[in-house]
Amino acid sequence: METINLLIWSFDALLGLCLLWLAWRTLSAPDLYKAVVLFVAFGLLMTLAWVRLDAPDVALAEAAIGAGLTGALLLSALARLDPAVDDQSIVTQKDNRPKSESVQWAAFMSLILVAIGLGYSVLSLPLKFKGLSPEVTEQLVNSGVENPVTAVLLNFRGYDTLLEMAVLLIALLGVWSTGNKPKYDKPFSSPVLDFLSRLLTPILILVAAYLLWVGAHAPGGAFQAGSILGAVGVLLLLSGWRLQKDSSLLLIRLILLAGPFAFVAMAVITMMIEGQLLQYPPAHAGLLILVLETTATLSIGATLAALFLGGPPHLKNEESP
Amino acid sequence: MTPTLLFALVGIGLFSLGLYALIVHAHLLRKILAINIMGSGVFLILVALAKRTSETTPDPVPHAMVITGIVVAVSATALALSIMLKLNSETGCAELPDDV
Repeated sequence: METINLLIWSFDALLGLCLLWLAWRTLSAPDLYKAVVLFVAFGLLMTLAWVRLDAPDVALAEAAIGAGLTGALLLSALARLDPAVDDQSIVTQKDNRPKSESVQWAAFMSLILVAIGLGYSVLSLPLKFKGLSPEVTEQLVNSGVENPVTAVLLNFRGYDTLLEMAVLLIALLGVWSTGNKPKYDKPFSSPVLDFLSRLLTPILILVAAYLLWVGAHAPGGAFQAGSILGAVGVLLLLSGWRLQKDSSLLLIRLILLAGPFAFVAMAVITMMIEGQLLQYPPAHAGLLILVLETTATLSIGATLAALFLGGPPHLKNEESP
Repeated sequence: MTPTLLFALVGIGLFSLGLYALIVHAHLLRKILAINIMGSGVFLILVALAKRTSETTPDPVPHAMVITGIVVAVSATALALSIMLKLNSETGCAELPDDV
């Protein structure tokens, strides 16, 4: 038992050191391309840390978003930073202009103080603390789901998720208004990409549906499923899939709005029936949560893919030459 | 040292590293990376402290907050990158003017 404990402890310590080292390299590597790749590796190791902290729900979200989508977003932005030069520019975008040495020293010294202060406050917290888990366990039977994290996200603190859907929509509106119309470059074509995207798309959609369904009683849920759908969208966009019809532009916009509007509608209805924002009648809570989660999944997936596209979608044939 | 404390301290380290890089570096992409690492540090502290329950299952409320936070972080990153690209296409460089 002693040896196993020691092994687990050394693994945790190694993981912590790797996280700090990767973060340091991400922030100090002179080559920005290298920095982004290191950041993706950092996201993957964060996933391991979530698993070590008994947070599988967070690990699933981090694996799909932190390690996947954020990396894709950063790489595509890096490639667009310097479009005048050919592909080689991705590797030569450098960041050679750090602040003067006195500023560096002042920042370094004051941040050491900040870190010591934060460390002291964390170390002075009690080692045992129940938090809100007794309340959550007590009310779990009324929530309509068995996974406590899903119960918190969709029922006890449903308004957080409502506001989050609004945040996603606003971020997308911001990207659409600042971003240029996406240039549909000739898609990079390779037999491997074509084959894999054909193979993976249906599998990933199934995985997303599974995660959505299983979220009621095991790790999973709308966010994890939505980010997988977003990843499907990114894969399809990269392999050259484009909107073909006018009606699909409208359909995309309807899907983007479905999640926030379903939440607002549910909030208004529950307020009229139960008197409280998003307080579901316990008998129907499971079904209502499933409806909300399904629309939220579709909206989150569509929003994330649209964020990757970078500008308002348009049809392929509208393209200016 | 328990995993709780270990990961909470790593979280503090990540937060401080990110804040330092945010101040020191001029390139906006680097600043966006730094903010993301600061966020990861905060999430790590939250989830590590959620493990202090004496039962086997940790406190689910911080977990839910972190999942929400991860999704908000990715949408904020996308918006920041889009603004950075706009600045880059207007001024030709992805850096803010130095005022120190």
